[in-house]
Amino acid sequence: MPQSETIHCQLLVIGAGMAGMAAALFAANRNISTVQVGIPGEILYASGLIDLLGVHPIEKRRQWRNPWSAIAAVSRSLPNHPYARISEKAIRRALDECLTALKSAGLPYRHYKDRNADVVTPAGSIKRTYAVPDSMWNGVTAWRHKRPCLIVDFDGLKGFSARQIQSVLRDKWPALRTARVVFPNQHAELYPERLAQALELPAIRNRLVATVLPLLKDAKALGFPAIFGIYQTMEVMAGLQKNIGIPVFEVPTLPPAIAGLRLKNAFEQILPTLGVRTLYHRILTRAKASKKGHFSFKLADNQKVLVIEAQAAILATGRFIGQGLAADRNRIHETVFDLPVSQPEDRTQWHRESLLDPAGHDINKAGLEVDDNFQPLTTAGRPAHKNLYAAGSILSHADWIRMKCGSGLAIATAHAAVNAYLENRNQRRREPLTG
Amino acid sequence: MLIIGAGVTGSGLARDLSLRGIQSILVERRDFNAGASGGNHGLLHSGARYVVSDPQAAKECRKEGALLKRLAPHCIEKSGGLFVAVEGDDENYAADFPHLCAKCGIQTEVVDVREALALEPVLTPRLIAAYKVADAAIDPFKLSIENIADAQQHGSTFLPHSLAVRFDIRNRKIETVHLMDTLSGRKSDITADQVVNTAGPWAGKVAGLAGIRLEMIYSKGSLLVTQSRIATRVINRLRHPADGDILVPGGTVSVLGTTSVRIESLDRYRPTIEEVDRIISEGAAMIPVLDKTCYIRAYAGIRPLVNIQSSDNDRGVSRGYALIDHATDGVENFTTITGGKLTTFRLMAEKTADLICDRLGVSRPCRTKTDPLPETTAGRWTVPGLAPRVWFKNRDSKDIILCECEMIPKSVLDSIIDSIREQHGHPSLTAIGLRSRLGKGPCQGAFCSTLVTAYLYDQGMLQATEGIDELKTFLEARWRGQKPLMWGAPLIRAELQEAMQCGVLGLELDPDA
Repeated sequence: MPQSETIHCQLLVIGAGMAGMAAALFAANRNISTVQVGIPGEILYASGLIDLLGVHPIEKRRQWRNPWSAIAAVSRSLPNHPYARISEKAIRRALDECLTALKSAGLPYRHYKDRNADVVTPAGSIKRTYAVPDSMWNGVTAWRHKRPCLIVDFDGLKGFSARQIQSVLRDKWPALRTARVVFPNQHAELYPERLAQALELPAIRNRLVATVLPLLKDAKALGFPAIFGIYQTMEVMAGLQKNIGIPVFEVPTLPPAIAGLRLKNAFEQILPTLGVRTLYHRILTRAKASKKGHFSFKLADNQKVLVIEAQAAILATGRFIGQGLAADRNRIHETVFDLPVSQPEDRTQWHRESLLDPAGHDINKAGLEVDDNFQPLTTAGRPAHKNLYAAGSILSHADWIRMKCGSGLAIATAHAAVNAYLENRNQRRREPLTG
Repeated sequence: MLIIGAGVTGSGLARDLSLRGIQSILVERRDFNAGASGGNHGLLHSGARYVVSDPQAAKECRKEGALLKRLAPHCIEKSGGLFVAVEGDDENYAADFPHLCAKCGIQTEVVDVREALALEPVLTPRLIAAYKVADAAIDPFKLSIENIADAQQHGSTFLPHSLAVRFDIRNRKIETVHLMDTLSGRKSDITADQVVNTAGPWAGKVAGLAGIRLEMIYSKGSLLVTQSRIATRVINRLRHPADGDILVPGGTVSVLGTTSVRIESLDRYRPTIEEVDRIISEGAAMIPVLDKTCYIRAYAGIRPLVNIQSSDNDRGVSRGYALIDHATDGVENFTTITGGKLTTFRLMAEKTADLICDRLGVSRPCRTKTDPLPETTAGRWTVPGLAPRVWFKNRDSKDIILCECEMIPKSVLDSIIDSIREQHGHPSLTAIGLRSRLGKGPCQGAFCSTLVTAYLYDQGMLQATEGIDELKTFLEARWRGQKPLMWGAPLIRAELQEAMQCGVLGLELDPDA
């Protein structure tokens, strides 16, 4: 017989993507005893940029400069969009709380107050987003003012061509130059993780500085692919900047990228110190609700069986990549509780003929229906479980990919779900016991 | 000598003529195998499939199949084939099958049901009859590359991205053919003694340029590619040809098909969800695992059938070829060859070349039935597994892998780019994909396309937004094949792809907005 352990908690957060991480953070900050389960794999695919809202309506491909005006417009025209259930003030508070925590873990972000920032991507396109890692911010201002700038790339680092960025943007940013250099001490194929680790060593940094100094010329800013260390990003950046003498910045690389890894590391560092019990990389084999509305979950790993008794749960399992949703040839399922999934009538309606169709694919709007407390609903419109909440991309009516609202929505709905749980709990405590 | 259309027939004709000392220019609207030659099963028929419906085609397949195995072995996997009937299939058809094969000279070997299951364990236990035949798998892309390469070796020219837009006809002859470069829009013209139309499904359109009406039937056939190879041999359902009854190995994958859907226009044809589900359910009756296996791509081709007889069922229309001498239509130096099948492409080319030689008074014999098709570097990279083998052998740590699913390193890409240049082509993602395994693995191009684009910019082969435009074109083309297969793992990959291409890179947005 394998060993068995039972863990009691007030709240179980299911999912370890952006929404799950944020929910666990918010719960811990509110002194809720919290257990988090999930596989922090999806977050590795995060771009590291925190989008709030960039495009609406998607079929018109309208891009917004002010994300708050965009959110207000979404709330007016899409009453079922998760943002429509949250006030602007609450979204701002949620973001602040999350960014403060990331900063405490050495991953500071920067943003304009009421303005989206534009970030140059490795394809040479411009990505509109809200909060940007500090290590990328100088790139935002260099592009905004079209400053004379040099972007350096490395011999052997595939998928990142400074020349591509320059060539695509040559008419819009004529003062951008590029150079390809050999990374100190590295030969053959380069991996961003290894380069990032290497740059945490001052000696390697200094050699890189010596390599790029003669190339600067008139440049007022210097960009690199995102490799400024893994754990000591700000130190690496400060070290480079001091010796180079002009602002330096990272250009995001394609996922899975260091920027996603840093987010994962930051959360994995913060949450246990706040008292969250994290049980990653285990498979949830059973979820049962008791009559009282409490949950019993079973987790399996190689050594023992874990039973988690939770008073409430937040489902933040994500969509298909996160495996919160799964599809067979006929329909889309929710994988933990088999909750009803709002979805197009049949598979022919899931995707459009063209991948890049501006209207987006209807399958991306499928998901859980929730009420104003972010409680998943049955088809009859009642909460499916008394103490179950949902947050993040599993919610319906939000095409996060096309609207550019992934992280913002994850953080804001996680915040709203945790607060709704607290409020419900406190209300019940105030209610006199019946029966 | 001008040949319009670089499918297997046009490519084969260019080679046949060049070996008889007649140099040609082979023009193609897109790139080679853009139509039926690139949208088929890759099946080298033993002929057995046609013994009931079309014995003439069956005999031709038998002869040509044997000949190609001898002369172009590098394009062929001699997998062998099985014909199997399952419970509920027409028992008379199964019973007559060996005799009808014998009548066409096609060898069959009856196989005990238990033995058939031992040979191919994926077969349903509900088998009632099984026969071995000499079916094989053939790589139509490699085939065309090698035919074009050999024709070029003998002085012929290949011009991809050249659309024939107009014929000047004087004195019952095509005097000048006006071409347009479909990439640059540049116009040019060619004077030719003889013009041959090998445009496959588009043959009617090309004939139209000469004012000739050629009635074509377009029969769409859709096929599915599995993520891994399902069976060793070609497996055919032993029944009247119908949907989803052939599974053909293609190196590391298997190809299941096909449907036969009459369509009216060639503008937008693609596999549909309804076809996919039908193919899977039919295929699963023969090979149950086909119901659960992972498919990575669907594609459709058009069978160009010349409307000689009217029939409600296109499977009944002859799969034989049509060689049309347009002298009877009043244009003396114009010929159309269409219809037919992949297996008989060489024969079609031979017969056409015979006619042309006859007209030109050339009496040299056909050499494609005796001379082996040479293997060239250009044709190597369509073969699954070759790129990684070469890469492992060379052990050059600087030779970075750019397509991780199919393990295509930089050096292979360089070699492909060189061969595209030699063929007057433009080294785009699409052109590279056609000549290699790029984008054919489980990621369906989501990752490798961006890596290769960056590489092409580095090499100075792309400027300004060209690469972004090509990336979109390439991804949209892959999408057509992904869309009907979106459930399970491919759906997860598609979401990841969209998160990257649209979520991060914003490819769907207007960059100037």
